Formats: sequence, C-alpha cells, structure tokens
Amino acid sequence: MTVPVKPLPEPTTVTAPYWEGCREGVLRLQRCTACEAMQFPPQRHCRQCLGDTLAWQPAAGTGRVTSWTVVRHPVSAAFAADVPYVVAIVALDEGPTMLAGIRQCAVDAVHVGMRVAVVFETRSDAISVPCFRPADHC
Amino acid sequence: MTLRGAAAIVGIGDTPVGKLPGWSATDLCIEAARRALADAALDKRAIDGLVTCNSMVEPHVYHAEMIAEAMGIAPRWCMTLSAGGATNFAAVHHAAAAIAAGQCRTVLISAADTLRTGLTPERAQAQMASTGDPNFEAPYGLPVAGSYALIARAHMHAFGTTAEQLARVAVTTRAHAALNAAAEKRTPISIDDVLSSRMIADPLHLLDCSLVSDGGAAIILTGADRAGAFPNRPAYLLGAGEGRTHEHVSQAPSLVESAARESGRRAYDMARLGPADVDFAELYDCFTPVVLIELEDLGFCPKGEAGRFVEDGHTALGGSLPTNTHGGLLSHAHPGNPGSMFGLTEAVRQLRGTAGARQVVGAEVGLVHGQGGILSSHCTLILGLQVARS
Repeated sequence: MTVPVKPLPEPTTVTAPYWEGCREGVLRLQRCTACEAMQFPPQRHCRQCLGDTLAWQPAAGTGRVTSWTVVRHPVSAAFAADVPYVVAIVALDEGPTMLAGIRQCAVDAVHVGMRVAVVFETRSDAISVPCFRPADHC
Repeated sequence: MTLRGAAAIVGIGDTPVGKLPGWSATDLCIEAARRALADAALDKRAIDGLVTCNSMVEPHVYHAEMIAEAMGIAPRWCMTLSAGGATNFAAVHHAAAAIAAGQCRTVLISAADTLRTGLTPERAQAQMASTGDPNFEAPYGLPVAGSYALIARAHMHAFGTTAEQLARVAVTTRAHAALNAAAEKRTPISIDDVLSSRMIADPLHLLDCSLVSDGGAAIILTGADRAGAFPNRPAYLLGAGEGRTHEHVSQAPSLVESAARESGRRAYDMARLGPADVDFAELYDCFTPVVLIELEDLGFCPKGEAGRFVEDGHTALGGSLPTNTHGGLLSHAHPGNPGSMFGLTEAVRQLRGTAGARQVVGAEVGLVHGQGGILSSHCTLILGLQVARS
C-alpha cells in the first residue's frame, strides 16, 4: 500500500524563482515593470497589461484573513491526519490574494480580518509551501 | 438582433436519479435524449444540432460526437461545452443564437453522469476538488465544500447571515422535494437536522451540501416559429445572459458578490423584464450559501438580505418567489455539471402547468441560473409562456 502524499507543486521555468524563495524562507511576488502591478500567482504575463517583463520582489509576508474554514472532512487520505485544519484566503499587504493554511493558531481563534505573517512548511527537499500564523502586532 | 423570443423549449426528459448501477454516463445521456424526443413527439432525424456536457466519469475528447454516433444522428451543428454548473444554460444560450443565425433548426441538449456509482466517494471528492490550482491551492487540502465554506463565512461576516438562515435553504428545498416523486431525498428535514448534521467545513454541515448522484436530463430547443407544432406548450426563451469574474476561489474579486449580477442584468435586459416579473426561480444550489448570493445578485432582494428573505418564507412554495421547486441539487439530484438540467426541465414543467403538487399557481415567467467553478462562471435564462408579456 502506498503512503498518500499531499499534492506537490511542480516548479516551471516561470515559477522556479518563487519556489526557490519559499525554500529559502522568502515569499516573492511578481511586479510588472511596465505597469507596476503586483501579481500572484506567478505567470509569464501580467494580468493587468499582458506585459511580459515581470520582476521578482520580496513581499512583506504579512496580510489579513478575508475568509477561512475549518476542514473537518479531509479532501483526501493525504490530509486525514491533519483534520481539523484551517484553510484561509489571505489578502497580502501588497494587494494580491492567496489561499493558504493557517498554522500556530487554535482552529476556533481564526477570524476574518486577523493579521497574519507567513511561515513556510517543508513538503520535500525542493518544495516548501507558504502558510500563515497569527501576527496581531503586524 | 435580439434572441428574445427567438427559440423555445419543446421537449424535456429526465432520467431516474440516485444510484443507478448498470447505467453508464453515455446510457443516461441517450436515455434523457430519448425521453425528450418522446415528449416532443419528434423523430431523432429532425435533430440537426447537438450540445452535450462532458462526463467526469467517462470523459471523451469528442464527447458530443461520441453521443451523436451512439444515437445514430449526424448533426450539422455540434459542440461539447464546459462551463461547470453553468454549462447547460450556456448551451441553451449558444443554441438559441445558432438557431437565430440559421445554423441549425432543432437542437438537442443532453447531459448526464454517474458520479454516485461510477466513482468511489474518494475519487468523486478528488475529481471535484481538482478545479483548484494544482500548484497554489491543492497543497492546502481544500475540498469543494471548503471553497463554498469560504463564501459562506464571508457572507456571515459581511452581513450577519446565520447558520440557521443557511439551513433554511436546505429545509425549504427538501420540503419541495417531498412533493416530487422523482427526487432522491424526500423526507422533510428541520433546521435542527441541518445544524446537527456532521460539520464538513465550517460553517457548512453535511445537509448544506448537495447530493452526489447518477442521472441526467435533456431538452429540445427549436425556433419560435416552429414551436407551436409540438404537443406541449412551448417555453419561450425570453432572456439569456452570462458573466465571469475568475476561476479560482483565491482569485475571486469578491466572495460575497458574483457575476450573477451581470448575467442576470443581461438576461433581464434582453427579456425586458425585471425581478418583480419572475414567478418562480430555479437557482444553482450546490451549497446553501450560493442560493443566498444568487437571490441577491439576481435582484430578488437587496445585497446582504437573502438570509432574512429565505427565513421569511419568500422562496417556499406559496411565497413570493418559489425557488428550486423540484428539490434542487440539494434534494432532487446532483450528477455534477449535468445537475442544473433538472432545474431547466422543472422550469418548463412549471410553465406548462404540469408540476403537480408543487405547481406554482399562475406561473408565466421563470428564471433559471447556473454557476460553475467557485462562483466563477454564470448563466441566467428567463423563460416564459408568451414571446412578449404585456
């Protein structure tokens, strides 16, 4: 019997710098050098102006929870041991929004508007995924 | 050019629903088509247009062509459409445009799947969750119910919507299903039943979530000029509109307001009607919070007030806007993307006056709305008994 594994991101030519950042403990966003839009998730073209000259910029790593849920019924066997776990949408201070797990926090203490700071969770030698912890002082 | 009144639904067919061992998705798609043809007293050779919705269980690269082959028909206009829960109504929109443009005369739209017996519960769950971004969402283990829980939580936070109000959607819908012999779940439930059912993803309980079913349904759409020649009263397409804002829930511009606003406005504009003209609605109800957002975005109540609107009984039979009169995806059946077809065939039944114990008295204008993804892709249709309502 195979051990269930959580879905593992696969870096591409475009996203490799993002995943390298995560491994090094830095959350990186794309900034369009043409229109200055900040972007996540990373992609080759700017969503605003379709320009293709995007630069990498470290994010502050802080943001605010816009919504959250406590998953009680895991999406797959790979997450069964984590139940109950919190998944939230975080609006980064730079503007982009992302889905992420909330860590270092009781599941019933999460709330809309909660200030959070990024932490990284190691999933493999190459991949760490960003999660967030409470940071009411931020 | 307007599509207002250009086409009409002249045939409908629903398959049985629930657990249908021994039936493939293709079998059900053709069975639904056969029933719709019989309802329209139409020979299959009259079908010159075909739209299908791909099966999750038995995906085909050329799905509509495969169905045409298996039905022994050779449509000149043919497509497999993919817009999640908005697929079937977008199909009606496209088909009406094709008919108006003279590309075809009589279109069969058929959709079915076997999510209940064709997939293990684990695979069904994984299939549905696969709409999440594989790199930036999937690593966090968010089930589809969890995505809609994010929507529900945001609505509660913004407007004070309560778990009881969400539960009321499920309770009202079940009461309607109790009047529909074809529905999968017919035993009435209470608010307490919903709130004491297993928590899946806070704040959504098991009974806030739709069913997982086998089944399908089909319709026949033809030009309004020919619609009078069929045995049943035609249901004219008076308005159609679509709207889209995003695909992934994490990229939604709003969690409490959707492109149903645009799809609804476009459909009302085409029909030259407004929410007050609508006698009943069949709204996509994969999870209870979706109905609240649709009621608001389609203009049936102000933004933020759908919880009270439902609580006050407006959406129940006998209320000002009977909604999901057949039992919806919550209690009739939910075979995945084909599921909204049951709302469409129900709307036609209501307009014909053949809905039996759940008939909306004096139903002349009905609105159906489908949404796919996580409030991503929307299509609204307005159907009526007359091409122009005075």
